[in-house]
Amino acid sequence: MRDTLRNAMLAAVMTAVVVTPIFGLRLERAGIETVLEPHWSRVLWACALVFAVQLLRPWIARLFGRSGGSARERQASGWRLLELSPVQRQGLIVLLIALAMVWPFMAGRNAVDIATLAAIYIMLGLGLNIVVGFAGLLDLGFVGFYAVGAYTYAMLFHWAGWGFWQALPVAGAAAALFGFVLGFPVLRLRGDYLAIVTLGFGEIIRLLLINLTDWTGGPDGISSIPKPTVFGLEMARDASVEGATTFHQWLGLEFETVHMVIFLYLMALSLALITLWISNRLIRMPIGRAWEALREDEIACRSLGLNPMRIKLSAFTLGAMFAGFGGAFFAARQGIVSPESFTFIESALILAIVVLGGMGSQLGVIIAAVLITVLPELAREFAEYRMLMFGLVMILMMVWRPQGLLPMKRHHVEVPA
Amino acid sequence: MNELLPQLIQQLFNGLSLGAIYALIAIGYTMVYGIIGMINFAHGEIYMIGAYVGLVTLAAIGTQTGLPVAAVMGLMLLSAVLVTAVYGYVVEQVAYKPVRQSPRLVALISAIGMSIFLQNWVALGQGARDMAVPSLLPGALRFGEEGAFEIFVPYTRLLIIVVTVVLMVALTLYIRHSRMGRAQRACAQDMHMASLLGIDTNRVISFTFILGAVLAAVGGVLIALTVGKLNPYIGFLAGIKAFTAAVLGGIGSIPGAMLGGVLLGVVETFAAAYISSEYKDIVAFGLLVLILLVRPTGLLGKPEVEKV
Repeated sequence: MRDTLRNAMLAAVMTAVVVTPIFGLRLERAGIETVLEPHWSRVLWACALVFAVQLLRPWIARLFGRSGGSARERQASGWRLLELSPVQRQGLIVLLIALAMVWPFMAGRNAVDIATLAAIYIMLGLGLNIVVGFAGLLDLGFVGFYAVGAYTYAMLFHWAGWGFWQALPVAGAAAALFGFVLGFPVLRLRGDYLAIVTLGFGEIIRLLLINLTDWTGGPDGISSIPKPTVFGLEMARDASVEGATTFHQWLGLEFETVHMVIFLYLMALSLALITLWISNRLIRMPIGRAWEALREDEIACRSLGLNPMRIKLSAFTLGAMFAGFGGAFFAARQGIVSPESFTFIESALILAIVVLGGMGSQLGVIIAAVLITVLPELAREFAEYRMLMFGLVMILMMVWRPQGLLPMKRHHVEVPA
Repeated sequence: MNELLPQLIQQLFNGLSLGAIYALIAIGYTMVYGIIGMINFAHGEIYMIGAYVGLVTLAAIGTQTGLPVAAVMGLMLLSAVLVTAVYGYVVEQVAYKPVRQSPRLVALISAIGMSIFLQNWVALGQGARDMAVPSLLPGALRFGEEGAFEIFVPYTRLLIIVVTVVLMVALTLYIRHSRMGRAQRACAQDMHMASLLGIDTNRVISFTFILGAVLAAVGGVLIALTVGKLNPYIGFLAGIKAFTAAVLGGIGSIPGAMLGGVLLGVVETFAAAYISSEYKDIVAFGLLVLILLVRPTGLLGKPEVEKV
């Protein structure tokens, strides 16, 4: 008891030291002088909170310790409820997809817009999941390939007048090529070294985009990128080419901007579904098995005659390709690309989606992507705390649940004891 | 007529002072990596917080009190060191200690989370805008004859070099001769064995984090006084570059971090001066990539053998 009290006191004092210079004494400009504006109440609150939590910690630990076992059991039984026969499972998936396709026609414009964003992140998350989750290669420069995809479409449009559908495969191929070329030398590095090198590459790509002003437009980027067409039909009030039919004229509808929003959503959804389907197939193929084997034990893999370089490179290239597709779609949706959209924090966000969802777990990645895009929208009044919370959640997840929300499940048979 | 040599000396001096800062931060990376084998991604943020604490202290004292400049600076450094020592300790306890036994990726992701958290922590508390730092040591030494290219040596940059050299010597002596330094070296060699021989490894790890944080904070205060402004995002780039320096010198090696820091600073300054200032970051990152590819163990590092 006395130890607890002493620890709590110590923690409170440390809180005071940590909080005071950042929150307690706010720097304000008064003319040319910089003055301090004290906010002692914040410091007091923080100290009181930490003191109370530390004081009650043994008690809380005991409380959780007792219910811990039962919670696990409850979870296990919960999983059993979710276990469906293959037919039921397929039915559920079809139902969910149908629902995802129908709801935007009834929902509001903003909701559909956010859902589009969520679909982009699902796609990026699934792409990175191949690299990080399946192959176990920590890639902190994923956003670089996203940028390559986006700029490929933007530059092809700007310099050659290409449309979205022509540019989409090129964007994916360009990003894959980048992944291949960059991956080739770096993939022999170990875990955290690889992470730092990929971070370096991501930053180099961004800095080049800023500095190659003649090609990329520099910090301003490239703007007025056209939206995708629907089978060659433009989705605009008036056709940009004289005499061409637009989408609403062809269908005989009134022109509404909502059509575009819904169309973009459906496209993002289908891109995400295609990514899901492909990665779902890949993991069951020999190459997918090899990724997982490599993640678990590289040395064992090598001794079994697998070529780690080729396996890693295939994961890296495929992941980059999906980022490239996502990037091209992003450019089309925003209508503008600039280096600002491709900072390290974006890489961290996509990584967080994979990690929160549970590395390797596709359902987990999808849920995490939806949570990470939708939650900040719901809690708009806490918008400024968003990144703070985001960092905190990353730490807490790693401390408490490093396997993620929905850890990857392997199919296995248990021998009854 | 001959402007080349003075210009070269000027750039060399600028590079050295920048490199000294990198070296101060890099030591924190390299010590932590040497002992627990993880990249302390939030280390750059500690440097940034050190700079903020220095500025807060300066604002608390005020510039018009008539205290000698040395005393004001001493107080700034002292408070920055004290506060960041606590930060270093708390960061380790909260984000790294619980994941010490987990795979490397888990620890790295936790560290990235901490880095994002601290950046936004300061951005929320002190605002995300640039803060001006009043200059305490204006003026500079000038060398060179009239009319020709003058070598310009600002006092603040001179101070950076002097303080860094003093700290490096002190650190080297400390690691070599003190009880704690010996314990640190023992832990870096074999953590498990060290714990069996009665070394409190938890204390050594905490101490390593504190020591790294303190050095970074000194760097932060000094650079804030030199550059004259700071914002909550300066830590990210400085952190990555210092990490580059640590890798360049050979991660895990303290003399390597010093050498790497100085080299990186000089290379970057020369790139800015003789190629283009826009490309200096690209040169730094390119150097990082290149070293990791060609010689992952760095200049002074020992090769690591992977064992089954």
